[in-house]
Amino acid sequence: MTEIFGVPTQALWGQLMIGLVNGSFYAMLSLGLAVIFGMLNVVNFAHGAFYMMGAFFSWMLLNFLGIGYWWSLLLAPIGVALVGIVIEKTMLRWLYQLDHLYGLLLTFGIALIIEGIFRDQYGVSGQPYDLPEIFKGAFDLGFMMLPKYRAWVIVACLAICFATWFVIERTRLGSYLRAGTENPKLVQAFGINVPLMVTLTYAFGVGLAGLGGVLAAPVYQVNPLMGSNIVIVVFAVVVIGGMGSILGAILTGIALGLIEGLTKVFYPEASATVVFIIMAIVLLIRPAGLFGREK
Amino acid sequence: MNAGVGSQMNATEAATNSQAASALQVSDLHAFYGESHILHGVSFEVKRGELITLLGRNGAGRTTTLKAILGLTGKRTGSIKINSAEAIGLAPHKIARLGIGYCPEERGIFSSLSCEENLLLLPMVGKNGMSVDELYTMFPNLKERRLSQGTRLSGGEQQMLAMARILRTGADILLLDEITEGLAPVIVQTLGRVIRALKAKGFTIIMVEQNFRFAAPLADRHYVMEHGKIAAVVERHELAAKTEMLHEFLGV
Ligand SMILES: Nc1ncnc2c1ncn2[C@@H]1O[C@H](COP(=O)(O)OP(=O)(O)OP(=O)(O)O)[C@@H](O)[C@H]1O
Ligand SMILES: [Mg+2]
Repeated sequence: MTEIFGVPTQALWGQLMIGLVNGSFYAMLSLGLAVIFGMLNVVNFAHGAFYMMGAFFSWMLLNFLGIGYWWSLLLAPIGVALVGIVIEKTMLRWLYQLDHLYGLLLTFGIALIIEGIFRDQYGVSGQPYDLPEIFKGAFDLGFMMLPKYRAWVIVACLAICFATWFVIERTRLGSYLRAGTENPKLVQAFGINVPLMVTLTYAFGVGLAGLGGVLAAPVYQVNPLMGSNIVIVVFAVVVIGGMGSILGAILTGIALGLIEGLTKVFYPEASATVVFIIMAIVLLIRPAGLFGREK
Repeated sequence: MNAGVGSQMNATEAATNSQAASALQVSDLHAFYGESHILHGVSFEVKRGELITLLGRNGAGRTTTLKAILGLTGKRTGSIKINSAEAIGLAPHKIARLGIGYCPEERGIFSSLSCEENLLLLPMVGKNGMSVDELYTMFPNLKERRLSQGTRLSGGEQQMLAMARILRTGADILLLDEITEGLAPVIVQTLGRVIRALKAKGFTIIMVEQNFRFAAPLADRHYVMEHGKIAAVVERHELAAKTEMLHEFLGV
């Protein structure tokens, strides 16, 4: 068997692939966080809870209503987005004038409540979500086996991230969002319904987290704690990439997933902390993040 | 730059409308920023097709008057009738849709949008908006720079863009805050031609100006503000007689 620095290449490719899967989820979640932060000025601590909710909705659709994977890719994120709309309209709305801290505390509380509800109902053991038939098996790439579902997750996440980036940076709709992020009062004075835009932005951001949850359900188990496990890393990603930078969030998410994978191969002891070590270094050198603008 | 304006408002229509109809009627307007009470009962009326100015020293409350009309201050009381509709209780995006175009003091060009995206950002608020082609004829520089980031434009180009984008929307009442500030004399002249052309086409214009020499020949009437109130009104034909008084108010 071939080796690189004493590591079998099989293991290296395997970990890189897992890193890429994780990185795809990081990218998708931090993208939503960045969009929400840009428009609402709120650090959405409930992001992990919405991701978990997406996975659970998908599991419920399958087990209670017999609605399968493909439909839940559409329905579960819509369900999550609706919950987001209610939260934005009834609670978050009142905090925009205040310091970031209030939004962060509120969404942290919301995350605890949502997680509490699911823990109460389903305990902390995971519920398995069966792979759809079409994704069973693996592609033999010669140098490694690539499970079909993982390949799909990577492709789907990257496509969604790219599409979101494209809409925001290259379309008319996106120009409203960019302008609203810069100067919401002026945009509203020009006749655009900014409060509605803010609600829809939040719904979109959390819907994206919910979609991530649906994609994740067959990979990891559907577990009430899956959100809080991932969200801490995602926050580190956003800090490293720079709050409010769309492209930064995507690239940093993928890169950190890969770095985590590599660390698991070469120095497994550090694999859980490497992201935070990088975060500390970036904060020392570029406090606004790699892609962030100094204010 | 050339200041020719394409066909926009039917001249006879504008003339009939301009007889007595009020475009903007502000009565006993009070406005606050948080706890601070800035406007203390401002009243004035602008008829269709008129051009008026709000003059005054720094901090007199002229920008605040425009912002209060647009719903951008904190609490407001009194009455603001825009094209006969009461606007005091409306959300800002609904106020704009009564037919108002706003050119803010700091110009408000969005840096994350290209020149052309800035131009196309604003929704339509009236029927007779100018086409992008007409606007590019009026402001040729904007066409050349249309792919540049908004804030890479020069000060003059940014001002042209801030004007052009509200002309596209079909707004018939323009609120212009210190559009000549910090611009070279040539560009100020161009803006003068543009304003004159717009007035001829029947636009109602409210200008906040420091540059009295720019405003004097254009305006039908001047309101002098002091401490958040209208302190004096000077009609166009009274200008010569009241120059002394104006200079005193404006501290020039
Ligand atoms: N956002 C704000 N919060 C609190 N007070 C404000 C705010 N903006 C303006 N003011 C105060 O309101 C008063 C009027 O300001 P305004 O901007 O209307 O003046 P202005 O007549 O436009 O003068 P200029 O633009 O030449 O400085 C000033 O005393 C100013 O300090
Ligand atoms: Mg001012």
